[in-house]
Amino acid sequence: MRVKPRFKDVASVRSGLKKENYLADDGIAGVVYLADRLGKPVLIEGPAGTGKTQLAKSVADMTGARLIRLQCYEGLDESKALYEWNYKKQLLRIQADKTSDSWSEVHDDIFSEEFLLTRPLLEAITSEEPVVLLIDEVDRVEVETEALLLEILSEYQVSIPELGTITAKQIPLVFLTSNNTRELSEALKRRCLYLHVDYPDLEREKEIVLNKVPDISENLADQIARIVRSIRQLDLKKAPSVSETLDWARTLMLLGIETIDEKEAKETLHILLKYQTDIAKAAKELSVTK
Amino acid sequence: MPVLDLMSGFIVELRSAGLPVSLTENLDAMEAVKVIPIEDRDAFKYALGATLVKNNAHWRVFETIFEVYFSLRGPEYEINAEGKPDDFWREMQEQADQVKGQGEGKGSGGGMDSLTPEEIAAMLMRALMSGDQAMMRALAKQSVQRFAGMEPGRPVGGTYYLYRTLRNLDLDNMLQKLMDANREMSKQELSSLEERLEKDEFESRIEQFKQEVESEIRRRLVADRGAEAMAKTLRKPLPEDVEFMHASRDEMQSLKKALYPLTRKLAARLARKRRHGRKGPLDFRNTVRHSLSYGGVPADPKFRYPRPAKPELMVVADISGSVAAFARFTLMFVYAIQHQFSKVRSFVFIDGIDEVTKYFKATEDIGEAINKVNTEADVVWVDGHSDYGHAFEVFFERYGKDINSKTTILLLGDARNNYHAAQSWVVKEMRKRARHVYWLNPEPKSYWNTGDSIVGEYGAHTDGVFECRNLRQLEGFVENLA
Repeated sequence: MRVKPRFKDVASVRSGLKKENYLADDGIAGVVYLADRLGKPVLIEGPAGTGKTQLAKSVADMTGARLIRLQCYEGLDESKALYEWNYKKQLLRIQADKTSDSWSEVHDDIFSEEFLLTRPLLEAITSEEPVVLLIDEVDRVEVETEALLLEILSEYQVSIPELGTITAKQIPLVFLTSNNTRELSEALKRRCLYLHVDYPDLEREKEIVLNKVPDISENLADQIARIVRSIRQLDLKKAPSVSETLDWARTLMLLGIETIDEKEAKETLHILLKYQTDIAKAAKELSVTK
Repeated sequence: MPVLDLMSGFIVELRSAGLPVSLTENLDAMEAVKVIPIEDRDAFKYALGATLVKNNAHWRVFETIFEVYFSLRGPEYEINAEGKPDDFWREMQEQADQVKGQGEGKGSGGGMDSLTPEEIAAMLMRALMSGDQAMMRALAKQSVQRFAGMEPGRPVGGTYYLYRTLRNLDLDNMLQKLMDANREMSKQELSSLEERLEKDEFESRIEQFKQEVESEIRRRLVADRGAEAMAKTLRKPLPEDVEFMHASRDEMQSLKKALYPLTRKLAARLARKRRHGRKGPLDFRNTVRHSLSYGGVPADPKFRYPRPAKPELMVVADISGSVAAFARFTLMFVYAIQHQFSKVRSFVFIDGIDEVTKYFKATEDIGEAINKVNTEADVVWVDGHSDYGHAFEVFFERYGKDINSKTTILLLGDARNNYHAAQSWVVKEMRKRARHVYWLNPEPKSYWNTGDSIVGEYGAHTDGVFECRNLRQLEGFVENLA
């Protein structure tokens, strides 16, 4: 079942992601490379808005694979994550020819793949073409539901009592994201490679801004990255994420601002920060002379 | 040493530092090492990190151990006192000569070694000013060699050397100097925003330099004592094992971050308890709807579940001197809880007791709230020494009527009562009225009921007394509530 590796080395992952407009640092590229080589899922943790989901999308684009996404939420169960029997169709089948078939024939028939509705997880492993499976915000499901994922994550197979075990035709690249609202179970963590995506450092953030915002000047991008870094150092309720940095950069571009001065910074702070107390604090801090 | 041997020593060290490395993770790491060459130090580090460290709070501990075991090996790290005259070294000597003044102009005679501390400081300032990384690294090496006064076999920790090095460079005043120099250099007046940004930039460069110095010291210590011994001396407790009573400022910060998820968990636990167990009456609509899947046979009856009542919480915390460090943590805890529960009332006491709910409600800023509690709350009755008995009595008298069957009471303190009257009947009364009464004690269990501690006397009337010295224990308490 071992397929040939997708990536040559870490550097090729990095350059490949860059082509998809995703700037990876050494850690990110290294773990993606490793995930492919070891055939293991990647658990991505980190603050909101640092491009965790985007990483999975970009990897899918880069490898030309189909992205299958399972959005987790409280109350997710196996009929929505793994598979479900198509009751209505089974019922029709039984009623369609009541007379001809014997009981055992009908029984074998209605529990066949024809009557199986595949959900994202099962779909990911039965798919013929290459697949990237994204299990988004896995920390939202209850601890008990996490167990659903374990079989597929370690063995790449799904056991269906009536049908037997379905094993993967190809090993998909699997990404799980978590916003760290709760501690995930040891069992889940053990099966995954762990990647913590934090806010990017100054240089990388600047590069991201330059990359994502068309026509922005180097000077402005530098200034933006530096102001955002300063703001992140404050003790805030919610620090600005990368996506908010980008929004801010776009806004400044629309307003036709070339260099940010104090007044403009303060007037547009609400794009970067979402809490009134945070905005007040940042505005105060930024104008302090020392 | 072959990689495999290094790896097993490394993993043993990770485990002794408290990181939970399982056997499968160990095997994964070995597998990963096969595909990532050890020469690529960064990739190697991330590969090990991804397979062995599954909690971001453990990353720093991991990094230190990794540095000791792997980063400091290899030819480029050979210690050699004369210093190899590579290109960079020469360049540095030239710079050194410039600083010394052109008058002497010979450049030989050790160059760097003949510099006075002031001159090195001046070079450092120039490097920090321009953000010249290579120069900073070289200066870090040089200053450790010159100022740390390291002697082989001397049983002194790295912090001492760090202190000596930094003191000689006068790094404390470096920021101010840099700012002044920067102001002079720029033509026009800097706006306050620009100035602030410059300051942050310099701060991060100085921080970077400090780290270079630190790792240089570690490198030399490892060379002197060997990786195993070094890793042992560098061992620091994981964030969840830091004792509240002895936490440093930095550690307090990281504790604060870890608190929010914990309180959310606490809220969930207390609420969940009510949802389980009792089933409500038949939900007719829901049953009929589901019966469609079975061809109209109501095979899967559905019931209404009672909506979980919002839990109410009362936190009563000792903030006297004997538990001062714990009290700071307690207040942070209370503050964090406040945002999770619809009804939390918090009380603090020393020998008098006062309700402080309003201080926490009024402000978003935790520092301000704690400050207000410390200055405004009326908690001293006679002499400002803990008197649990009196505090409890007053509590019961004033607020006892608000305790009902939905209330959970958390008592936080060491129960060191200064030999006052215990008044433990109050706790007994509380438990009769409330749903639960728990006591969290920041002292090690072996100290309980020694001296003036009477936690046993109170504890007999509660639903449980829990040792709560670090985050792991607090988490355990929350975990076991259900």
